[in-house]
Amino acid sequence: MNFQPLGSRPDPLLSVRDLTVEFGTKDGQTVHAVSGISFDVAMGETLGLVGESGCGKSTTSRAVMQLPPPTAGSVVFDGRELTSLSSLELRKTRTQLQMIFQDPVSSLNPRRSVEDIIAEPLATWSRGTPKERKAKVYELMEAVGLDGTVVGKRRRREFSGGQCQRISIARALALEPRMLICDEAVSALDVSVQAQILNLLQEMKQRFDLTVIFVAHDLAVVKRVSDRVAVMYLGKICEIAPADLLYAAPRHHYTAALLASIPQPDPTIRPGDVPVLSGEPPSPTDPPTGCRFRTRCPRAEDRCAAEVPELTEHSPGHLVACHFPLESSVAVDVLRRQTDADVLRL
Amino acid sequence: MLQQSELPVDANAADLVVAAFEAPDPVSSSRRSWWRMIPVAMCCLWLLLVIVGALFASRLPIQSPSAVKPIERLRGPSWKHWFGTDNLGRDLFARSVYGARVSLTVGVVSVVIGLVIGGAVGIVAGYLRGRTDEFISWVVDVLLSFPSLVLLIALVAYRGSGLTNICLALGFLGIPIYARLARAHAMTIGGEEFVLAARASGAGKLRILWREIMPNVLPTLSAYGLVSMSLAIVVEGSLSFLGLSVSVPTPSWGGLIAGGQSFIRQTPTWIILPSVVLCLTVLSLNVIGERLRRRFEVGSGG
Repeated sequence: MNFQPLGSRPDPLLSVRDLTVEFGTKDGQTVHAVSGISFDVAMGETLGLVGESGCGKSTTSRAVMQLPPPTAGSVVFDGRELTSLSSLELRKTRTQLQMIFQDPVSSLNPRRSVEDIIAEPLATWSRGTPKERKAKVYELMEAVGLDGTVVGKRRRREFSGGQCQRISIARALALEPRMLICDEAVSALDVSVQAQILNLLQEMKQRFDLTVIFVAHDLAVVKRVSDRVAVMYLGKICEIAPADLLYAAPRHHYTAALLASIPQPDPTIRPGDVPVLSGEPPSPTDPPTGCRFRTRCPRAEDRCAAEVPELTEHSPGHLVACHFPLESSVAVDVLRRQTDADVLRL
Repeated sequence: MLQQSELPVDANAADLVVAAFEAPDPVSSSRRSWWRMIPVAMCCLWLLLVIVGALFASRLPIQSPSAVKPIERLRGPSWKHWFGTDNLGRDLFARSVYGARVSLTVGVVSVVIGLVIGGAVGIVAGYLRGRTDEFISWVVDVLLSFPSLVLLIALVAYRGSGLTNICLALGFLGIPIYARLARAHAMTIGGEEFVLAARASGAGKLRILWREIMPNVLPTLSAYGLVSMSLAIVVEGSLSFLGLSVSVPTPSWGGLIAGGQSFIRQTPTWIILPSVVLCLTVLSLNVIGERLRRRFEVGSGG
């Protein structure tokens, strides 16, 4: 197996290699949702996973959980290969990796009380007596900012989206996992609530020593929480870099286009000034040959159609999958706009 | 046959049941004023009356259903005999009250059989999908393709009539319908994120079926169960009428109606009054069941 250093991080908690997920459609076609991606997540790190809808970021996070298992590739968590575990072993190991989902409401069973929902993972594994479980549940509810004695017996319809997400976080933490996968965990929330939940996640990360994979399409949110960011396009990773570096100096044309598409609260920038991506991403049932981004890339040449660009380390910790990566001048330009935007946003 | 009968259920009246089950919120309490609750309240009251009558028939101060008094034969309703008497002078009111036992037993037992077996099979198929689902769906389709009345009569003819066999036969006929309903619901619920969350926390298939899927399917199934209970009661009545149900001395509503047909000129009340009882019971079950069904379909918030 090819264990090249990805992002030169020591002791990865999670190592994903050549992860491939394919689905068959009813008319016999194959959806190439994720095509051979590799990345590492170091202990205690937050890895952001960004990309537009349908690029395979959620599929990736679920394939890591083996929900469902990937078509091919390897997922090594804490030295254990998840793809080859027996179903009982897998169920046991999954308790170390927990997930928070996009839809805060659908994440909770409408017919069970909040207490019950948070205690369920503990009950599944018969951890502690019912009394101890209850104490643990109250502790968790307090950690996420809910008063168990007041809201413990309520059902999901009595909570707002933000509160539901707090409950989901409490449930995910019940088994004291080492890794938390947030699959668009704040995308469905209002901006003000998003900030609260992000702060809560940060706080929980500190308190419970978590390693986090943060999947989102909102670049600003990802930047805020991530140590490193991986950008996905049509089932492939284009670029992985430390968050500051990636946002300041993107080397992949897709990343640059994504960053440029962030609306700038600056009236002197006219809509035509910023190069915007045109067209739609191609269908994952029939992805382009070579580089998957070539059909929309301003820099595409014949070589891009013929050769798949490998993810290679261009500068320390900065991996790019492109035959003609961007140079610093463009990067600086993006950096300038970014900092302006940040100043204004604050 | 066990398809839902198209009774003209008043949509507004049905809407009111919900008010009885929901905590009052400002909008609904202003929109649904108290007098609109009356029809539904009456349905509940009637059912309660029938159930109490059936359960405590032997302790109620009513006449014996089997005491033969030829002198008082074929009387119309009076203070002594509220529903009149039959051709042997037996009190028809007492017979109607005791008859509720048969009808309710058939309704409850057959629905429970269908609901439990069909529901279990259905949620397994709907959650597991794949081969299991294909096999179960195939069996269900085969069962549903039989004309149910013919199947029912064949079952009764083969196993013999009697309360147990009627219950079993009707319950059996209900299984594929509940299975389909449960399967469809389980498929929807299986896709919800709380099921994924349960899987992520390491819950096994059985635990997910029992703790996550079943509680969400059951309310819909039970609401449908109430509606189909009314149908089972009607079918039992029809079978009694055809002489295929409980044996003669035991009163049942269908049997009473059947017995009265030869004397319809002398005492039309013999047929009319038990029919009204049957009708009201079926209507009540339908109104309440239909309203609950709608509530659970719309209110995903539960």
